[in-house]
Amino acid sequence: MPQIPAVAAVPPTLVHQERWARKTLLGIAFCAPLILIFLLLVIFPMFYEIYLGLDWSIYTSIFSDPIFIQTLWNTVIFVGLAVNIKMFLALTLSSLLSTEHRFTKILGGIFLLPWAIPSLPGILAFRWMLNGQWGIVNKILTDLGFEGYPWLVRRPTALAAAIIYHIWKYLPFWTLIFVAGRRGIPKELYEASDIDGTSPFQKFRYITLPMLRNLYLICILLSMVFTLGDFVIIKIMTGGAPGDSTHVLATLAYRYTFQMGKIDWGVGTFITALPVTLLFIFILIRKIK
Amino acid sequence: MRLRGWRKFAFYSVCSLLLVWTIFPVYYMITLSLVPEEDLFKPRLYVPRPTLENYIQTAQQSNYLVSEFWIQLYNSLIIALLTTAAVVIVGSLGSFALARIRFRGSRLISSMTLFTYIIPSSFLSIPFFKLMADYDLLGTKLSVILAMITFTSPYAVWILWDYGKTVPVEIDEAAAIDGAGTLQTFFRIYLPLILPPMVAIATYAFLYSWNEYLYVVLFLSGETNITIPVAMGNFLATDNPPWNLLMAESVLYSIPPVILYYCFRRHLLSGLVTGSVTGT
Repeated sequence: MPQIPAVAAVPPTLVHQERWARKTLLGIAFCAPLILIFLLLVIFPMFYEIYLGLDWSIYTSIFSDPIFIQTLWNTVIFVGLAVNIKMFLALTLSSLLSTEHRFTKILGGIFLLPWAIPSLPGILAFRWMLNGQWGIVNKILTDLGFEGYPWLVRRPTALAAAIIYHIWKYLPFWTLIFVAGRRGIPKELYEASDIDGTSPFQKFRYITLPMLRNLYLICILLSMVFTLGDFVIIKIMTGGAPGDSTHVLATLAYRYTFQMGKIDWGVGTFITALPVTLLFIFILIRKIK
Repeated sequence: MRLRGWRKFAFYSVCSLLLVWTIFPVYYMITLSLVPEEDLFKPRLYVPRPTLENYIQTAQQSNYLVSEFWIQLYNSLIIALLTTAAVVIVGSLGSFALARIRFRGSRLISSMTLFTYIIPSSFLSIPFFKLMADYDLLGTKLSVILAMITFTSPYAVWILWDYGKTVPVEIDEAAAIDGAGTLQTFFRIYLPLILPPMVAIATYAFLYSWNEYLYVVLFLSGETNITIPVAMGNFLATDNPPWNLLMAESVLYSIPPVILYYCFRRHLLSGLVTGSVTGT
């Protein structure tokens, strides 16, 4: 047949290259919407933000604003406490929820509720529950003979309320992630340790913990980055009150930009947190991939 | 599992504590929504005279705070649905390229998807706002939808890609031998295969935009343009918001997501675990 020598006459590398080029074109064509979104709506805004934030005088101004400094601390406290307490509880509760028991099955179902309910209704319910005058929390306290407390009017308790809401809302999700992570641990490991007669604590310390360590680290980092940008909890729970003392990065940037008209201050607020955020993101990308 | 003695006691107390902790705010939200106006400032753990008045007011839009309830609900719905449709398209196309075509630049694309997924959306809010203002898109649903697509499609691509990888490439090769072009492979073979995770990412995109607050506050204004969560946030601007009415609206607004979560939780969670993690 005449076709066969004709094909064989073409050097194989050339065919290869041509196929590569065609495939690359195809791949990029299929990714076109994604690339477009990324370039126009992620990379461009980000560089634009960095460009707006290049002016050094912004940082001398905002770092001399006491509210900004307090906001940095609030963010560190909020992210640090909320995420770490939540993850620790999630890891602990995941052992409870992975036990085979009728009660834990029902509990597992109900436990999803906070995660399923959108943020706004939940935060609003918390806010009214903690109201100093008519909130149910103070009502219960006074019924029990304690004194009521203006929870959202004092900085420490207002921040604590935001942290508690965060834990309430996101604990179920991360617990279920760890439940799934535990299912991935080979049963043989536990069976083998049973033969050696190890205690439950030893099992946790020498089998569960090492097996889940990487997942735990990824979860903590991921949750910290997400929480670093949180806006809605503080905005709705305290609105920054009392006296702008409970802001976090996003709510302060919003206040600077849209209420005070100082867009460069708003940009500067985010840029200040950008190095840490990017560091976390790069560690995460390496770990997840 | 059988438990005895103090372990049984500890087990049941921890479970009960968890149950109360989880349910109490939800219980309070629901009971408060049933409280009549005159009892609002008498906090109680139960409702002595429950009424549907708050729900009726919301549905009939007879209180000025809920005077545009239905159009706001429609806004929420249309933004969520259009986002979902766009994310399904962007996600299936992108994941097909990443999972089935070996090409130069695919690693870069997968890195940038992950990057976009992780970066907090609020960090981009100011330049995003300026961009929308420059293109005269402020006040349009399109501006919010674009933002929502930006922040939800990375996760969609990631999950679909992860799933698409598990399907053997030989199927595509067999189709190619039968004379199927790339587009035919995409529509006839790839799409039907990734249907299960597609349900998960569609739900994810819908819920993400249904719940969004920040970008809607920034881009949309005016009672008839905003979505439900922003309208609820605006309650707080009034001196004495009627919390019982607010809670009735909260319950109505929470019903669709709760139904979706419980219907698709298996899909949502399995997708979440294979694609590492999501959430906050």
